[in-house]
Amino acid sequence: MTNPLCLRGGRVLDPARGIDRVQDLWIEDGKIAGLGEDAPAALRGNKAVEIIDVKGAVVCPGLIDIHVHLREPGQEEKETIATGTRAAVRGGFTTVACMPNTSPPLDDRPRVEYVVRRARESGACHVLPIGAVTIGQEGNALVEFEDLASAGVIAFTDDGKPVKNAEIMRRALELTKPLGVPIIQHAEDPDLKGNGVVHEGWVSTRTGLKGIPDTAESVMVARDALLAEATGGRVHVAHMSAARTVEILRRAKERGIPMTGETTPHHLVLTDEAVATYDTNTKMNPPLRSARDREALLQGVVDGTIDCLATDHAPHTDIDKDGDFDNAPFGIVGLETALGLYLKALVEPKHLSLSDLILRMTRNPLAVLGREGGTLAAGLPADVTVFDPEQRWTVRAEEFASKAKNMPFEGWELSGTILLTLVGGRIAYRAEVPAGRA
Amino acid sequence: MIANRKDLLGLEDLSADEISGILDTARSMREVLDRPIPKVPSLRGLTAANLFFEPSTRTRLSFELAEKRLSADTVNFQTSGSSVSKGETLRDTACNIQAMGIHLVVVRHQASGAPHYLARVLDAGVINAGDGTHEHPTQGLLDIFTMREHKGRIQGLRVAILGDILHSRVARSNIWGLVKLGASVTIAGPTTMMPADVERFGVEVAPNVDAAIEGADVVNILRIQLERQRAGLYPSLREYSRVHGVTRERLRRAKPDVLVMHPGPMNRGVEIAQDVADGEHSVILEQVTNGVAVRMAVLYLLAAQKGAGDPPTDSGAATGGSTGAATETHTVEATKRHDEPTLSPRR
Repeated sequence: MTNPLCLRGGRVLDPARGIDRVQDLWIEDGKIAGLGEDAPAALRGNKAVEIIDVKGAVVCPGLIDIHVHLREPGQEEKETIATGTRAAVRGGFTTVACMPNTSPPLDDRPRVEYVVRRARESGACHVLPIGAVTIGQEGNALVEFEDLASAGVIAFTDDGKPVKNAEIMRRALELTKPLGVPIIQHAEDPDLKGNGVVHEGWVSTRTGLKGIPDTAESVMVARDALLAEATGGRVHVAHMSAARTVEILRRAKERGIPMTGETTPHHLVLTDEAVATYDTNTKMNPPLRSARDREALLQGVVDGTIDCLATDHAPHTDIDKDGDFDNAPFGIVGLETALGLYLKALVEPKHLSLSDLILRMTRNPLAVLGREGGTLAAGLPADVTVFDPEQRWTVRAEEFASKAKNMPFEGWELSGTILLTLVGGRIAYRAEVPAGRA
Repeated sequence: MIANRKDLLGLEDLSADEISGILDTARSMREVLDRPIPKVPSLRGLTAANLFFEPSTRTRLSFELAEKRLSADTVNFQTSGSSVSKGETLRDTACNIQAMGIHLVVVRHQASGAPHYLARVLDAGVINAGDGTHEHPTQGLLDIFTMREHKGRIQGLRVAILGDILHSRVARSNIWGLVKLGASVTIAGPTTMMPADVERFGVEVAPNVDAAIEGADVVNILRIQLERQRAGLYPSLREYSRVHGVTRERLRRAKPDVLVMHPGPMNRGVEIAQDVADGEHSVILEQVTNGVAVRMAVLYLLAAQKGAGDPPTDSGAATGGSTGAATETHTVEATKRHDEPTLSPRR
């Protein structure tokens, strides 16, 4: 087992339990032993405890990202479970949920078991596999939901593609409802999207890049809201990008429909103006949208319409992204910049308190999945993130642990330096700079 | 003047002065073309590569002719879109061009922004010969040049641009150039082919073709592509022609000396009636001739500012040096104006 640890003198932030005070965090046998005075006296008197000074830093539950593409199996040139989870812990994440659009897709038990095994062998953090909704993600035949769930799948999605057929979506919701897991919808009407590559608006008009209207997303979210209401199955809307989508989700929640949503860092810090230079690192799906959409997303995060914050970490090789805009693949990496970008988008402009941001990156994503955890309660696995919210750092793709470097934030100066990431009480990442500030 | 530019990617990037400078140079080139032996040695020793990733006849011929009139060596690369497999090819093509020591690259590509990519990675000057639905700057320039030849000015002209604005790179280049030079541009076309926020170009959007033509000095008619019908953007050619086609009847609303323009190739009887295409107002074939002059001007200006060529002057006798050492042996006279009567062929 791991050695007993004490994270000494940090600001312990456990938003789900309303805790925000400077105190020690004690860890034993890979689990949270207690906070401050509440920790067992025997442990506090134990000379063998390794003390790590984290004064001036924030100590919070390990960050959770429920939207990550690890690319294994099949696209290991882009990312592997080993490199993707190392990127995760470098970004302060202790759990990632991985998307099933691998090659082949995660649509049967042996494939899921492969990912679970590889995660155990090579993963630096917890990996929760998400299964496909349909065989081959082709939108026709349903997967064996119960078998996949018993193999460890925690949600279902055809992410990368939507479940287009309303009848299939209806049946999937009906069949997953008893399992208590959501269908994560990549909401995008394929006909409205066409072969679009950027948000349809002034930037698409000016650049001649084919537009994707915001309605491509919101039409499907509206449909799914009706299906969720009718079936009682849970729908989670992946990577929300459009103002209309926020409005639909807000109304659905008001009506008591079992529906949740997430957004990404890039949709909160950038708008479609970023694509005007044809930089393929600004090509993502859903596309960067207008300033008005961005405002609506921020509002949705603040008022809780958007439950949680993910990354949609989507690694691609340099070669994949090197060329003209139309032919480049969609997506950017996000694990190693997420906290900094969310601080920049939400906390620095005072839209959210630090505590409310952490809630949306820890407890809330697990709640979306219907799971416990995401707190520092005694007895839970010691998944802990320590970061300095003030210390600035500069984004350098060459320093990433991810295999992929595709993102438009090179050279950005961000706050929120990750100092220490503990997974099950084990030090999974430790910054080279000394913990705590001089 | 585009004196410190490596590339010509679009008219959006150019100032009014730069555009006027190109048009002035094109006037001199037009005079060259009207001579018995329409050739000057300005680009001797330079190599231009015409990279056409999308089928094109007239634009490619026009560029090739322009290059030959300026005595450049030319190489052509033409491929259909489907045979080019994705981004690697553009990258590999770029690497090959770089390795071959090409001086000027003329590129037509089905992806908007592809020339911008090449411009970033190549030392050669890049001329956009049409990228996706983005821009076609030399077409915009030749249209504006043709207008200026006839009307003597651009400032204050009323120009109607009609048809499929959404997919038209010709429309975008025309609009940028015309608005910068002070024309008043009105557009009209099917509502399914109006780009989002199009008024932000500084154009007026007319409710229909008739309203757009009303009082126009110039009517520029865009080609309608058959595949737009398959995509459901208009119901049928018959419907398109009835609602948006420019007929002699509709043209009566324009000024009596209206110019009728079309970038070609025309769908006669669809967007433009037969008797309008061949009528007394049509300058459509003149556009083709002017296209060569405008492309000569662009090639010349980019080559000259690169320090790789000499101005098309009689004093360019220094060009007798070896072709392989163009930059050493050729004198660049950046101050030499092209409107001076110095464009005689070296014979």
